[in-house]
Amino acid sequence: MWMLLLLPFVGLLWVPFYNFQEPALLGFPFFYWYQLAWVPISSLLIWLVYRSRTPDETP
Amino acid sequence: MVEIDWVALSIFLFFFVLVTVMGFFAARWKAGPVSEHLDEWGLGGRQFGTWITWFLVGGDFYTAYTVIAVPALVYAVGAYGFFALPYTIIVYPFVFAVMPILWKVAHANGHVTAADVVHGVYRSRGLELAVAITGIVATMPYIALQLIGMGVVIKAMGLTGELPIVAAFIILALYTYSSGLRAPALIAFVKDIMIYIVVLVAVVVVPAKLGGYGAVFSAANDAFKAKGGATGLVLQPSQMLAYASLALGSALAAFMYPHTLTGIFASKSADTIRKNAILLPAYTLLLGLIALLGYMAYAAGVKVSTPNDVVPALFQVLFPSWFAGFAFAAIAIGALVPAAVMSIGAANLFTRNVWKSYVDPGISHAGEAAVAKIASLVVKVGALAFILFLPTQYALDLQLLGGLWILQTFPALVFGLFTRWFRAEGLLLGWAAGIGWGSWTAWSNGLKPLATLNLGGASYVFYVGLGALVLNIVVAAVVTVLVGLVSPKPSGAPARS
Repeated sequence: MWMLLLLPFVGLLWVPFYNFQEPALLGFPFFYWYQLAWVPISSLLIWLVYRSRTPDETP
Repeated sequence: MVEIDWVALSIFLFFFVLVTVMGFFAARWKAGPVSEHLDEWGLGGRQFGTWITWFLVGGDFYTAYTVIAVPALVYAVGAYGFFALPYTIIVYPFVFAVMPILWKVAHANGHVTAADVVHGVYRSRGLELAVAITGIVATMPYIALQLIGMGVVIKAMGLTGELPIVAAFIILALYTYSSGLRAPALIAFVKDIMIYIVVLVAVVVVPAKLGGYGAVFSAANDAFKAKGGATGLVLQPSQMLAYASLALGSALAAFMYPHTLTGIFASKSADTIRKNAILLPAYTLLLGLIALLGYMAYAAGVKVSTPNDVVPALFQVLFPSWFAGFAFAAIAIGALVPAAVMSIGAANLFTRNVWKSYVDPGISHAGEAAVAKIASLVVKVGALAFILFLPTQYALDLQLLGGLWILQTFPALVFGLFTRWFRAEGLLLGWAAGIGWGSWTAWSNGLKPLATLNLGGASYVFYVGLGALVLNIVVAAVVTVLVGLVSPKPSGAPARS
C-alpha cells in the first residue's frame, strides 16, 4: 500500500507526460487540469494508505 | 501618486484591529503558563489537534508572499511559474511518511527544534549547531519577504512611506512576544477563511467577467506569443527538467524550515499530522487557482510596472473598493501569521541550540521561554531593518539561497529517523559541501536557482538545490565509510532516543 505514495511523484515529475495544451477541459489546457487533478488524487491515495495501516498506540 | 482609497483602507483597518485584539487575547486561549515553559510559548503547549494544525500549517506554509509572488511569476513567464503546484502536491506523501516519525521522536524526548532532534540522534554539537544556524539564517529573509508582500498591498491602497509597515510589525512583535505560538494559531483561522473567500470569489467572478477560462488562457497565450522568449502556456523542452527538479527540491525543503516544523512539533499526536497530510492539499488547490490570477490579468488588460503588483492591480480593476480592501486585509494578515511562526521557530532554535548549548546549559524552563521571547523580537527587528535599509532584491536573492541552504539539513534530520548508519562527521561535511557548492553555483549564475550540466553534448538545466543535496548525500556516505575505517562505531552507541 505504501507504494501508492510514490504515484504522485511519478505522475508529476515526469513532465513530458503532460506538457501539452490539448485536450482542454472547461477552458483549461491539459497541462493545468492534469496537475490540478492530482491534488484530490493525491489526497485520496494518502487516505487509502492511512486507512490500510494499523493504527498506532499513541493518541 | 495614488490617492488613498478610504473604503478599502477602512475595511483593511477593521480586520487588522480585529486580529490584533485576537493576538493579545490568544495568550489565554487553551490556557497554559505561557512564560513558564518553552513548550507553552514556542509550541502552544503541544496540544493542537487536526483542525488547528490544519489552519496553522496552512497559514504559515502558504504565505502572503506566495499569494503575491506565484501569480507574479506566472504572469511574467507562464507555465514555468506553475512549479509551485506539483511542489505543494508531492510534499504531502512525504509529510505523511516522514513527519509522524519525527513527531514521535521529538515528543518522546521533549525536543522543540530540528536541531534538538539531530543532537538527540547523533550527540554531535557541531551538527546540531549547523542545523540550527542554517534554520535561523534561512528564515530571516523569508520573514523579510512577508513584509514585502504586506508592503505591496499597503501601497496599492495609496499609503506611501514605510511607517505603516513599521507600525504593523511592531504590533505583530508585541503580541507574538506575549502570546507565543497561540497568537498566529488563532489568527490563522481568520486569515485562512478570508483568503478562501477572496480566492473562491475571484476564481468564479473574474472569469465570468472576462468571458470564461478559455478566454483567460487564450489572452495569456496571445500575450506570451507577442512577448517571446522562455514563456508560454506550456513548458519549453529545455525547461522541463528545471520544472521537475524545482518541484522536487522545494518539496523536500519545505518541511525542513523552522516555521513548518514548529507546526509539526506543536501537534497533539502523530495521527494529527497524518490527517493533515490528507487535508492540507485543499490549500494546494487554492494555490493553483491563485496562480491563475497571473493569466486573468492579461484577460483583464491589467498593465503593471513590476509583476508583484499584478494581484492588487487585478483586484482593484475588477472588484468594488470594499471587497478589494477585504482582499488586501486577507493578504496582509496572511503575512502576519507566517512572520510570527517563523520568528518563533527561529527563536526556539536560538534558545535551545545556541543559548542553551553554548551560553547557559543549566537554564530553567522559564529562562528558556524568556530568552526565546527576546530572540523573537530580535529576529523580527532584523528582518525589518533588512527591508528598510537594503535593496528589496537582496531579500529575494537571500530567500532563494535560503531554500538551497535549508535543503542541506535534510540528510541530518531525516536519515537519522530511519537508519543509524550515517556518522555525524559525514553529515556535517556533506552539509558543508552542499551549501558551499550550491551557493557558489547560484552566485556564479547571477543568483539564478538553476545549474547546467553538460553531458555528451547535451546540456541539462536543473535546480541547484537538488544538485547540492545529491552532492551532500554522496559526501556524507563517503565520509561515513572513511570514518568507519578509522574508528569503528562503538558498540554502545546511544540508541535513537
